[in-house]
Amino acid sequence: MVRVLGNFDVAEEVVQDSLVAALEKWPEQGIPDNPGAWLMTTARRRAIDILRRDRRYTEKLALLEGSPMAGDAVEVDDRLRLIFTCCHPALPQDGQVALTLRAVAGFTTPEIAAAFLVSEATMAQRIVRAKRKIVAANIPYRVPEGPELPARLEAVLAVLYLMFNEGYLSRGPQAAMRRDLAEDALWLTGLLDRLLPNQAEVLGLMALMQLHVARSAARFDAAGEMIVLPDQDRSLWDPEGIATGVRTLDSAALLRRPGPYQVQAAIAAVHAEAKSWEATDWQQIVLLYNTLLRLSDSPVVRLNRAIAVSRVAGPEAALGEVNDLAMVLGDYHLLHSTRAELLDEIGEHELARQARLRALELCQNPAERALLERKLRG
Amino acid sequence: MKYVLLFVGTQEDQDRWDAQPKEQYQAAMAAAGRWFGDYTKAGKIVGGEQLQGKVTTVRQQNGERVITDGPFIETKEVIGGFAIVEARDLDEAHEMAKTWPGGPVEVWPVVVEEH
Repeated sequence: MVRVLGNFDVAEEVVQDSLVAALEKWPEQGIPDNPGAWLMTTARRRAIDILRRDRRYTEKLALLEGSPMAGDAVEVDDRLRLIFTCCHPALPQDGQVALTLRAVAGFTTPEIAAAFLVSEATMAQRIVRAKRKIVAANIPYRVPEGPELPARLEAVLAVLYLMFNEGYLSRGPQAAMRRDLAEDALWLTGLLDRLLPNQAEVLGLMALMQLHVARSAARFDAAGEMIVLPDQDRSLWDPEGIATGVRTLDSAALLRRPGPYQVQAAIAAVHAEAKSWEATDWQQIVLLYNTLLRLSDSPVVRLNRAIAVSRVAGPEAALGEVNDLAMVLGDYHLLHSTRAELLDEIGEHELARQARLRALELCQNPAERALLERKLRG
Repeated sequence: MKYVLLFVGTQEDQDRWDAQPKEQYQAAMAAAGRWFGDYTKAGKIVGGEQLQGKVTTVRQQNGERVITDGPFIETKEVIGGFAIVEARDLDEAHEMAKTWPGGPVEVWPVVVEEH
């Protein structure tokens, strides 16, 4: 029992301590030419904040990002073990997310609580429960191997994507005081790719996140109101960031192991490379959604596909598909807001208004709520 | 570390199990027997039994012990049997559960006394 607790807590501490030590040294001695593979995020992020402000260190930063891993096999193993233990499927998913943020990304408990809009006490309890289960059930501190790996890696990616979406969807004014979960999730995904290279879906998720982040400047206006894709000022998109995302996706594709994250990234790439909403290659997007449905069928994917269908086959065809989903997605606000858009397109404004009211009833996210309210006001 | 593996299913599963043709029933029992045999040989099984689906519950009600038919929580769940296994960690217990030839398996870690 003590053995496992020892492993877990010690690993967490070791990771953090060594970084704090590194941070204390670097300002005096400069960053070493080969700064080593693993760096705890708290410390690393602090370092990056400093580095970003100081252009002289830009080159060092690049070196830090691309530093070879070979000499640090032990530390690599430790970081990777920690990630897989935090994202063990025997833990509830909210616990996995919280623990990963705490132990791997170095968030404080109040920071995680703020990020998920729950009280500190609730979050502290969630983390303690997860840690206790690791100890009590003897969840091993190891990297899964062989046939176990794909499913376990999928669980890790699910946690990272959840983390990313939480951050990404809640940007905007209310989120100004919150730590940027999206950035952290992207960083963790990059870390995972360095620790466990050549995993197509890790790269796929990384590409997906990069392509979203590259366009995030256009998602909110000066007043902090959310702007949907058709109305976004595409000149605000970051072409370099988009290019990076596309490159990441290309390197994933070279591994010839298609997966849902890669396909979603490909869809994001088609949007990112389109000059306008109208000039988007919708046919291509529908085809990609068909591929995605084959890889992982879900009502939400079908709903997203319906939007693309409306551009290719018209709003009536899309409305039919959306209505078919009403049984399973009746409590999902985006079903109703999507319906509303399509109903508006065919001139059914009263029905559209009702659908939007229903969406508003179901929607929790402040930015999305504001958007719905704006549309309701006309 | 010890884990209790509970072989669970619904009442319908149990009824189907009881109603299956003799050869099929024997084949299924043989598969379960092999599972127990293999892991016992490997030193992984501490104990285990097949259970009859005829459960009663003894509980306190108004300070008295009362006996009622059925499981404590009124579910359709039936525990068909259990195995107490000795596994290195939860992953190994899960691996054992994955090879169980029957239905779902609940994996319960056993309390370890602190010394």
